[in-house]
Amino acid sequence: MIYPVLEVQGLVNRFGSQIVHNGLNMEVREDEVFGIVGGSGTGKSVLLRSILGLQRPNAGVIRIEGQDITKMSFSQLRIVKARYGVTFQQGALFSALTVLQNVQLPMLEHLHLSVHERDELAMLKIRLSGLPADAAGKFPAQLSGGMIKRAALARALALDPRLLFLDEPTSGLDPISAAEFDDLILYLQKQLRLTVVMITHDLDSIFRTCNRVGVIVDRHMEIDTLEGIVRNPHPWIQSYFHGERGNARLQERSTASVSPHGT
Amino acid sequence: MLVEVRRTEQGLDVDLTGDWRALGLAQIDAELSGVDLTTAHRITLDTKSLTALDLSGAWRLHEFLNQARAAGAEIQFKGSPPDQLRLIDSTLRGERPVCVEPKPVPHEHGLAPLTEAGLAEIGLFSVREGRDLMAALAFLGRIFSTLGRALTSFKRLRPISIARHIYDTGITAMPITALIAFLISVIIAYMSAQQLRRFGAEIFVVDLVTIGVLREMGVLLTSIIVAGRSGSAFAAELGSMKLNEEVDALVAIGVDPYEALVLPRLFGLMIALPLLTIVADIIGIMGGALLCRYLLDIPITQYLTRVNEAITPTTFWVGLMKAPVFAMLIGMAGAYRGMQVRDSSRELGRLTTVAVVQSIFLVILADALFAVLFMEIGI
Repeated sequence: MIYPVLEVQGLVNRFGSQIVHNGLNMEVREDEVFGIVGGSGTGKSVLLRSILGLQRPNAGVIRIEGQDITKMSFSQLRIVKARYGVTFQQGALFSALTVLQNVQLPMLEHLHLSVHERDELAMLKIRLSGLPADAAGKFPAQLSGGMIKRAALARALALDPRLLFLDEPTSGLDPISAAEFDDLILYLQKQLRLTVVMITHDLDSIFRTCNRVGVIVDRHMEIDTLEGIVRNPHPWIQSYFHGERGNARLQERSTASVSPHGT
Repeated sequence: MLVEVRRTEQGLDVDLTGDWRALGLAQIDAELSGVDLTTAHRITLDTKSLTALDLSGAWRLHEFLNQARAAGAEIQFKGSPPDQLRLIDSTLRGERPVCVEPKPVPHEHGLAPLTEAGLAEIGLFSVREGRDLMAALAFLGRIFSTLGRALTSFKRLRPISIARHIYDTGITAMPITALIAFLISVIIAYMSAQQLRRFGAEIFVVDLVTIGVLREMGVLLTSIIVAGRSGSAFAAELGSMKLNEEVDALVAIGVDPYEALVLPRLFGLMIALPLLTIVADIIGIMGGALLCRYLLDIPITQYLTRVNEAITPTTFWVGLMKAPVFAMLIGMAGAYRGMQVRDSSRELGRLTTVAVVQSIFLVILADALFAVLFMEIGI
């Protein structure tokens, strides 16, 4: 039986009397880019934290490659965690370590490599993320916002994961850098056959990268393909995708698909 | 002049002129309050010659118009009223969308408000302190369970990290520790010399300095300095790592932050503090020797002989064995408060302060307990 890469069933998250998720279901298939969208305070980050095992949900099942992580011990989780990579919103690079050491940290934890192998592999990941070689010796505080995102991506790729979680990968970037970053993610996704789950607010980014989108509304998730979700009648989804920017992007997309050169 | 008033048979003609800005609000205020509103049935405002009107100016005008209406006057504008007034009106009337957060419904107890507030405050305090205690116990438990796991392999004890923390908390603290130990021994020697001279018992200054430094002062002052330096550093480092999501990133990579961040700091400090105490002891005794030589004319050799007579085999160890305990208290208070930081940099500052105050308090409390204990067992 083929499992979905990531499966969430009946997820419930509560903080005191405030219910964030109530029976949230989601399923991510192999080799797709899955976008998670939602208004502020709808619990996108809480969802990600639950999936990453940073907090236990009140109820529900979260399966990564078929294994339920909500009932795992720390040492079992450790093995699952070696199979995915994560980038956090602000990068969350270890500020006391250089970029190279940051990328090597997951390798030190999980792999048995010689110093030479570790150096070479880490440099490869750094170059793959589009950073210049001299960035490897720098500390996170010396990097620009765009470089921090790339360094975080390099660290997320350190263990050659098949599954990649990105928390607002383009937030805080100017539109040009954001587009470049999206292209990089798409390129890596194709080349490394990654499954990507990304939380994002950026409509441009969704239209550029995502195959399917899950929108958190009313404490559960509406999932559809990009084409399908824009026709979803839910008022929040309508106002999200059919604002000024959304309409412009939709128009671009439909003209692109009828033009003879479009694919 | 910002306001020009002409009286006509129906009422007032008010011309607004010049800059109506927040910076000149005092003048606007003065001139508007000077306008006599009695007997004015109709006020006609002209804003043609206004050169600037910001929101503060418009608000003052709004207040003035309200006053005028309350006094029974009818307001008219020559031309259209300024847009700023409309903005203020629509905002105050709540026409613009408002971001609302659901508020908890207050309960009805039938108590006097002050009694209720007081009781609520006491209740909140108790619940908060109770939770804090539980969290501290949970932290302690977590430390020991992590310790159990980390002891299974040398690599998981993170020797490199421990070495770094010995350097940070120990080696770099040596100069200040030595200086403080020197000064403290000088103070003890000087104070006791003044008193003992009256009895011709100056030689006992040596006893006081030696026993005082070795048993109490060396380790206590070193611990207090280290609490100030390293307790705060632990809390601030861990706290900013939490704010920066670095701790989450570690967990996501599959590393236990208690194993990688907390334990090496505790071990580092528990190794560094006894070593610092030895330094403080040596410098303290040397300081006493110096003062005895020049103030009391006790030669160094006689001083050393007297030191040997003054101490018992346990004197040095009684002081030194307290050091790792104090180190553990300082390290735990710092790390615990650091790991508590969430959401804001204000929390970071607050908890860093709490960490320092609590670690110093705990050190002194533990020292008092040790004093009683040693007294009871007679060493």
